[in-house]
Amino acid sequence: MTTEAVVTVAGLNKWFGEFHVLRDINLEVGRGERIVICGPSGSGKSTFIRCINALEEFQEGRISVDNIELGPNLRRVDEVRREVGMVFQNFNLFPHLSVLDNCTLAPIWVRNIPRKAAEAAAMKYLERVRIPDQADKFPGQLSGGQQQRVAIARALTMNPKVMLFDEPTSALDPEMVKEVLDTMVDLAKEGMTMLVVTHEMGFAREIASRVVFMDAGQIIEANTPREFFANPQHARTRLFLSQILRS
Amino acid sequence: MAIGSRPPPPQFWPKLRRVLGGQTGWGGVLGQLVLVAFVVWLGYEIVANARANMQAQRIASGFGFLSQTAGFGVSQALIPYSESDSYTRVFVVGLLNTLLVSAIGVALATVIGFAIGLGRLSPNWLLARLAGAYVEIVRNLPLLFQLLFWYLAVLATLPNPRQSITLLGWVFLNNRGFVVAEPVAHASFWPVALALGIGVGIAFAAHALARKALFDNGRVLRIWPVVLGSLVGLPLVVALALGAPLSFEAPVLKGFNFVGGLRIIPEFVALTLALSIYTAAFIAEIVRAGILAVNRGQMEAGSSLGLSCGATLRLIVVPQALRVILPPLTNQYLNLTKNSSLAVAVGYPDLFSVFAGTTLSQTGQAVEIIVITMGVYLLISLITSAAMSFYGWRVGMGLGAT
Repeated sequence: MTTEAVVTVAGLNKWFGEFHVLRDINLEVGRGERIVICGPSGSGKSTFIRCINALEEFQEGRISVDNIELGPNLRRVDEVRREVGMVFQNFNLFPHLSVLDNCTLAPIWVRNIPRKAAEAAAMKYLERVRIPDQADKFPGQLSGGQQQRVAIARALTMNPKVMLFDEPTSALDPEMVKEVLDTMVDLAKEGMTMLVVTHEMGFAREIASRVVFMDAGQIIEANTPREFFANPQHARTRLFLSQILRS
Repeated sequence: MAIGSRPPPPQFWPKLRRVLGGQTGWGGVLGQLVLVAFVVWLGYEIVANARANMQAQRIASGFGFLSQTAGFGVSQALIPYSESDSYTRVFVVGLLNTLLVSAIGVALATVIGFAIGLGRLSPNWLLARLAGAYVEIVRNLPLLFQLLFWYLAVLATLPNPRQSITLLGWVFLNNRGFVVAEPVAHASFWPVALALGIGVGIAFAAHALARKALFDNGRVLRIWPVVLGSLVGLPLVVALALGAPLSFEAPVLKGFNFVGGLRIIPEFVALTLALSIYTAAFIAEIVRAGILAVNRGQMEAGSSLGLSCGATLRLIVVPQALRVILPPLTNQYLNLTKNSSLAVAVGYPDLFSVFAGTTLSQTGQAVEIIVITMGVYLLISLITSAAMSFYGWRVGMGLGAT
């Protein structure tokens, strides 16, 4: 495991109104580490990773990404977001732009990369997710799996230091889950730092450097996949695993 | 063994049958022929009946009446007009008045509507409630009532000209309308106007150039000094060199009314206010719906790519919202234009009031006048929707990185 931390979360607390969603979250993610976050629904997994690129504000604690500090006042939001790629459950592609334009919009307007170069780079990433032939189509013409792979390519065009995946396969037909997971496995093998919220335990076993289990807004346990699946420490984890692995 | 792909069977006859007869087949086609025959017969009866009636009343049909002398006055004319002018000129005067009230009404309604619509979405509690109250009150009262409210309850209660409410001696409000200082053009007017035109051209060119620099070389050009310079600086320099392009002649109270200055009749003010305030309530709801129709995830996707809030709105949210907003917005523009014919209730001389009203009752040429009036409203509406469609097409085409 590398020592250099890309993402540091310390004492993170968040409330939705009176409801305490995240309770004292601490996590360090080293460069190249793949963290899989799992837990029952409503346990705060999505909210947690959405805090990392400041899509959610938080009330206490601090988050730093690549040495950019993000306190509760979210002052350096734009700097952090440029370094963090995000893949959503519902893809959130821009329906009015072609696949290629989806991938060049941010490089042109945020990084000020010339259009030709941005398009060449975008094609490179579309090849990496194995859909270069769909570049001129619009998101509505693609299958769910293809849309999610475009979303991954779109996030990669910004050369992020960290990629966040918020249940990337839960809105997909079973047939298409594999193609998206394969893309993510490729990405992991290339050394990308990833935080993945998912229920795909096979993916966790194969790829994760650590599995984090959350319940009721807390991290219950974090361990290597081998230890986590073979030898869970907490009763709550054992219950969760028995339910998720049976189905 | 796999089944190979083959072309579909011939579609011509089944398609023709479906187009002509729907689900009912050839029997349906016969039914439709009967219906067509009935409609043609009905049309013939209407025309024949109208012709017989007009002959019985000795009304000459045709458009000859258009060159006759009108013989009545009109309280607002954008072109020179006197009672001895022809009905054709009355028609043009009325048409221009309709276009004037519609154009100003549409512009005002759009501004107020967008402001109220965005206000309703504001996180500010007070602003959102005020905007909500505006919409609920205004859209639930009849337009005619609102028109009469502005005309009789607000404008008529203003003081008489001698006690006019004045703003700095340039604008006077009284119960005979508004009197404002009249701009008078000087010799340097056209040179300055030309300079302004060139300035606008330069500003657009600078915008295009900045876009090209960003797309081709990734350079961000600061163009606001150029835009400011060409829009304000250039005309200012010309004006300083050649003298002021305009001066304003302040209205002066003489006797019971004002002399000089530009008079805006209260009927026009009431109609414009009523139309724009009423239509704005509907536009506000359209704008609100359009923005809410864009998925929250779009904003999140934009910001998670590092786009600023403004860029996300401009490149992602607004283009998608406009697709939802434009078609119903066009409807509201058409409604406003057509509703301007309520002018007749307060005596504003619009097309409907002077042409389909006074001219019709003086000449009795009902068929011709109704046909012309219908044609004109239809034409205005079609041009409006064509322009809006073109704008929608532009918005759909020229997006984001393109």
